[in-house]
Amino acid sequence: MLEINNITISYQDRPAVKDFSMTLKEGEIASLVGESGSGKTTVIRAVLGLLAGGGKVTEGDILFEGTSLLENTKETWRRLRGTDISMIFQDSGAMLNPIRKIGDVFVEYICTHEAMSKKEAWKKGVEMLARMRLPGGDNIMNSYPFQLSGGMRQRVGIAMAMTFRPKLLLADEPTSALDVTTQAQIVRQMMELRDEYGTSIIIVTHNLGVAAYMSDWIIVMKDGRITDSGIRDDILHGNHSDYTRKLLDVVPSLGGVRYV
Amino acid sequence: MFDENDMILEARHVTRRFPASGGRELTACQDINLKFYRGKTLGLIGESGCGKSTFMRFLVRLDVPTEGEILFKGKDLTKQKGEELRQTRQYIQMVFQDPGGSFNPKMRIRDIICEPLINFGRIKTSEKDAVARRFLEAVDLPGEFADRFPHNMSGGQRQRIAIARAVALEPELIIMDEATCALDVSVQKTIIELIVRLQKEKKIAIGFIAHDLGLIQSFAHQIAVMYLGTIVEVLPGEDVEQARHPYTRALLGAVFDTRMDFTKKIESIDSEIPSPLDVPPGCPFQTRCEHCVELCRQTRPVLTELRPGHEVACHIFGKEERKA
Repeated sequence: MLEINNITISYQDRPAVKDFSMTLKEGEIASLVGESGSGKTTVIRAVLGLLAGGGKVTEGDILFEGTSLLENTKETWRRLRGTDISMIFQDSGAMLNPIRKIGDVFVEYICTHEAMSKKEAWKKGVEMLARMRLPGGDNIMNSYPFQLSGGMRQRVGIAMAMTFRPKLLLADEPTSALDVTTQAQIVRQMMELRDEYGTSIIIVTHNLGVAAYMSDWIIVMKDGRITDSGIRDDILHGNHSDYTRKLLDVVPSLGGVRYV
Repeated sequence: MFDENDMILEARHVTRRFPASGGRELTACQDINLKFYRGKTLGLIGESGCGKSTFMRFLVRLDVPTEGEILFKGKDLTKQKGEELRQTRQYIQMVFQDPGGSFNPKMRIRDIICEPLINFGRIKTSEKDAVARRFLEAVDLPGEFADRFPHNMSGGQRQRIAIARAVALEPELIIMDEATCALDVSVQKTIIELIVRLQKEKKIAIGFIAHDLGLIQSFAHQIAVMYLGTIVEVLPGEDVEQARHPYTRALLGAVFDTRMDFTKKIESIDSEIPSPLDVPPGCPFQTRCEHCVELCRQTRPVLTELRPGHEVACHIFGKEERKA
């Protein structure tokens, strides 16, 4: 469904990602793992055509359902983004307009992509929030982003991203700003979405524990290159580079290393 | 469980209330009793907003509790002031969550590390350079970093500087408020190793705030679990698996690691933490607890000792099993 062929992405002629390839089938979850600055966010932003600061795909191609995404016009992007391909950001609070109520933004989003009355859109919004196990949907729709907790905002972000049952969901560190309990909830809900809708997910994370739990495929990145990629069990137990081993060793685990 | 002679700080019945809008009161900490021992780490865990940072701030006297006392070497910290308080401060240091925010951006690393030493007259200005280098090397950074500014460094390096500054005065207690949670997992590990090494060398007591049970159990001697301002369970660091309180069990279920069983369903609590403004009477955890019975809605459970070092505040799991 998604095919990334040997892409190189540069910011002002300085390559940030080199020779990156991956394929993803329907209903699969892949995770990009690596330390800060390894280029993982750059890759998924490129898929959505949202490279910041003059970034450009200089080589290779990104194919979504067989057609290249790189030559998309503004009009084609508008049709794809938010409907076929959606994104969840690290902090959904920053994505929401602070001076507008959740419901206001949500209704506008739904009406932009589908001919629907405001009333229906509101109902749909509440329904999506309920799906994300946010009780009191009307109440939330009438709140401003700052009135919600981080975990609630993140769930609002996911509810929005899932409204049109996208074929591909891109998640950029969706849980790293959250408490562990909330993280567990979000992870579970994202996996339920895959099971229900068959959405393919690419998740960017630096937590190999989360990546290992969720994904079918794991891609380990370092300095803009892939150091390891493969199905989960291969990455966790098979032969792999020293760097991957190092990353695996640092995940704090119950019953793992104790220093005292 | 620990040698009582090694106890350096004790919090007794500490309660803190803040005035809130509409004449209401917000109870951030409710009747907290904790002890800190020389050379041991106490991990305090809980969700955002449960009052863990509020409590730790009392220990460094950034705030004072409404009720209760904090005894540092037998003297009540909450009543000290002026020069006496200033002298006490050198024994209790703090490392903050965001090392970038706790440094003056216009000061060089050398001055940052040596400022507390100069304030207490421990070194002369002429010794600054040598001293700064010595401390930088103690936290595994090159001595040349003394000339740098905080913004020239990565998050992990800055956190090392913050630790160097905290140990400079050779304190007896260091409070670390989520000192590693802004860092990458790989950097986090090296910082924990550094903390553990320094603790062993200098016999420092550490109070570590975290929200990741997986992380805290790797180096804490004692873990206190906090929920909505109360301590719900205190247990030894080496056997977190034996936690009994439903909240602690939920925290355990929320830990992801690479050795776990991936077919296991995630057991997480669905609902949100209630607002600390309207904590229900009875057990604070009742709204999210699946074992909740009538008793839990009426009376608040108190911490009861299950076995030495393990205390639980729960009507259901706190009493049974009295076998040695």
